[in-house]
Amino acid sequence: MEWFTITIDGREVSVPKGTTVLEACRMNNIPIPTLCHDPELTPSGACRLCVVQIEGMRNLPPSCVTQVAQGMKIETQNPKVRAARKTILELLVANHPLDCMTCEKMGNCSLAEYAYEYGVKGDVFAGEKRDLPVDDANPFIIRDPNKCILCGKCIKACTEIQGKSRLDFSFRGFNTQVGPAYNIPLNESDCDFCGSCVSVCPVGALTEKQMAGKGRPWEVTKVQTTCPFCGVGCNFDLNVKDGKVIGVTSNPQAPVNGKALCVKGRFGMDMIYSSRRITTPLIRKDGVLVPAEWDEALDLVASKFREIKDAYGANALASLSSAHCTNEENYLMQKFMRAVIGTNNVDHCART
Amino acid sequence: MAENQKILVCAGTGCASSGALPIIDILKEEIKRQGLEETVTIVGTGCQGFCEKGPTIVIEPQHVLYTRVQGEDIAEIVASDVMKGERVERLLLLDTETQKPVTKMSDIRFFAKQHRIVLKNCGVIDPQRIQDYTARDGYKALEKVLKEMKPNEVIEEVKKSGLRGRGGAGFPTGLKWSFCQQTPSDKKYIICNADEGDPGAFMDRSVLEGDPHSVIEGMLIGAFAMGVDEGYVYCRAEYPLAIKHLSIAIKQAEEAGFLGDNILNSGFNFRLKVFAGAGAFVCGEETALMASIEGKRGMPRVRPPFPAVSGLWGKPTNINNVETWSNIPHIIRHGAEWYAQFGTEKSKGTKIFALTGKVNNTGLVEVPMGTTLREIIFDIGGGIQNGKAFKAVQIGGPSGGCLPENMLDLSVDYETLTNAGAMVGSGGLVIMDETTCMVDIARFFVNFSQKESCGKCTPCREGNKRMYDILDKITKGEGKIEDLDTLENLALTIKETSLCGLGQNAPNPVLATLKYFRHEFEAHILEHKCPAHVCSALLSYAIDADKCKKCGLCAKNCPANCIKGDKNTPYVINQDECIKCGTCLDKCKFGAVTRS
Repeated sequence: MEWFTITIDGREVSVPKGTTVLEACRMNNIPIPTLCHDPELTPSGACRLCVVQIEGMRNLPPSCVTQVAQGMKIETQNPKVRAARKTILELLVANHPLDCMTCEKMGNCSLAEYAYEYGVKGDVFAGEKRDLPVDDANPFIIRDPNKCILCGKCIKACTEIQGKSRLDFSFRGFNTQVGPAYNIPLNESDCDFCGSCVSVCPVGALTEKQMAGKGRPWEVTKVQTTCPFCGVGCNFDLNVKDGKVIGVTSNPQAPVNGKALCVKGRFGMDMIYSSRRITTPLIRKDGVLVPAEWDEALDLVASKFREIKDAYGANALASLSSAHCTNEENYLMQKFMRAVIGTNNVDHCART
Repeated sequence: MAENQKILVCAGTGCASSGALPIIDILKEEIKRQGLEETVTIVGTGCQGFCEKGPTIVIEPQHVLYTRVQGEDIAEIVASDVMKGERVERLLLLDTETQKPVTKMSDIRFFAKQHRIVLKNCGVIDPQRIQDYTARDGYKALEKVLKEMKPNEVIEEVKKSGLRGRGGAGFPTGLKWSFCQQTPSDKKYIICNADEGDPGAFMDRSVLEGDPHSVIEGMLIGAFAMGVDEGYVYCRAEYPLAIKHLSIAIKQAEEAGFLGDNILNSGFNFRLKVFAGAGAFVCGEETALMASIEGKRGMPRVRPPFPAVSGLWGKPTNINNVETWSNIPHIIRHGAEWYAQFGTEKSKGTKIFALTGKVNNTGLVEVPMGTTLREIIFDIGGGIQNGKAFKAVQIGGPSGGCLPENMLDLSVDYETLTNAGAMVGSGGLVIMDETTCMVDIARFFVNFSQKESCGKCTPCREGNKRMYDILDKITKGEGKIEDLDTLENLALTIKETSLCGLGQNAPNPVLATLKYFRHEFEAHILEHKCPAHVCSALLSYAIDADKCKKCGLCAKNCPANCIKGDKNTPYVINQDECIKCGTCLDKCKFGAVTRS
């Protein structure tokens, strides 16, 4: 691999060819603010917050899409660069509802974090702000276009990770907004509600409806676990407050799925506290389902299997297993049917 | 009567909108009535250039130009000029200095100082007939290239000519071609950028309307040089006549064997399609243009990779604008040295400008690079309308800058104009006189840019809106002097951090007016005055009691009904209710109403 020697803020470092200036800085623990960048998505160079000064280059190039070259001299914190970033933040904050106290994103908002770092109060360009209706007609996602900073990550997550392309920009200039085609509510669009858009939103424009008002990020303990809904084995973080699961958030370190999840994994955890959840085996006695011990239930199933097999043969029995089970459990199921019962009548709910 | 006369009627969009199309029918009828069908040909041409004086008619071979021709003039033109060779003096143009009618078209100052290379056929041929183009050496350059030249030789010739992109940026065309040629690929594209969107610019439209084959021939030569077999002309849908003429020209070129497979038995194949844009100004930016052809939202993307490496559908692509392509056949036919004799050391050839605004002769002007602004505005353009004083020239469209009187001797070339804070741009020249407010003009152009921003990058989307807000505040008299620093800093940040050319150049009108007309901004802020009397919020009207004859005409016409007085009392304007429309000033016959 070819390595380039570059200078960042007077410090000489070596980075592999093909590295972007942003990556080179982060490899060397040099902080660069970004709003539209995400390592899982193709870079767009849209927010312009990551601009740096590079000797010999005109203007202030965005570090996220500028590749390093041998001998490049980069300045990431000089007054000109910081002033440009501050102006960009002033512009974003000027068109942002400053209702941070009641915003779900408080404590976890990139815009607030950088505004604090750069001393941005939002009074330099005070003027008109967007005033668009909030889309919360669906059970899963609250979409507040007034908080959107148009970084475009939700669009890329939907297109590049999910392959769905349900979101895009519409209108131009100050009226630009993000949404489904024809700006219909999400629940009327073809959205699958996987929530990948929510997982990449740097501000409070896309938030989990189920978690609204349930707790602040600093009150929540994140417990990494594996999704119980199917055999893929996605990992995510259960958000636990006061011993109770209040919702699910993606864990970018998840080895199988990264930030991607499906609607069940991200928004289906309310089943934990469902009153209709089955917690013990049930046996129907005189037409009524009665709770039973596992031994009693399993003995009953075994005896009934034998009765049917003796009376009608093994092929009178069939199994249908669930996507809820792991691959190993499903393997055992078919093994049991073939080796113990003696039939090939094996099926699965996710077969079609 | 001269044998084989031709009557050229301008049927370009400009003249068509001032009534040229019915004139063609009336003329045909009249010629038929006089039994002259055998000897007189009527040609509906593309733009003849003199839009201000349209509809225009040229009689050949006498080379006489008649201006502002109406249907009722036709019988006289045919009876006098066509049949007897006697000029219809009242329809001839008056010389701007001598005020005498000019009989020969080439003696008209508007045309005399021009040098028409790209516009050679515009206004002369019937753009809907390929025979008219081939009769004037059309497709000879293509023939020369296919029979006598190798692709590299073509590129070398274009490089030697010094031709630079006429879309505005001025990148050397030959060099650009060589990048695309050198990128290995199984498929490449070329594109003609005909998404001319600058307010007041109509060069490309006129070339496509008046001489579409020259663009097709230029593209064919480029395709051969770069090894390309497919091309697009991306033309804005607001140019229906250009699209129509281009589509006819493509069909005729296909039938004549200039487009398609095995062109002129050379084994070279090239197909050309027309793609109509959907009205976004930003689609003139090359990466947004390609996204639009691909069916995506027209939004620019970061470069590199440049189109020469990864363009349309990820394939190497070369994009040039209409005027650039149209120059190519001339360069090949006459040679690079011939072409390079025109222009300056670094900016070769000619450039077409669309001259508009408060100038006497608005129209299409082609001059050698290096001509001064003064020559264009005063010699060709005939100076300022109604004897008013010149104030500024906006050059380069909404991305350009406004230059004041003391910069009129600047040579029009890429470097000089960029150094002055303007740009050649696509070639729009909007002339402003003393009645133009420069703050209002800056506000107008920023408003255009902020509305046309694609919305992708923060500085362009949010910054242009805030520049507009500040300028709007100043024109309403609500500005503070520190707003000028905020405005300048914001403009520089937008310029330095925006993604594409739209954002990077949108602050130019603001920066240039702040640089050259700062006193006008200060007058608005500090004195609450608009020196040009344009910004209505800063105007006040008053009636001089001594001059008032108490006729009551002002009060009678006042739409706000805010002027009171009677036969015995001079009239007075209630300033709180006045809407500053200026009606009283216009109506008063005694000069009693003053504006300040």
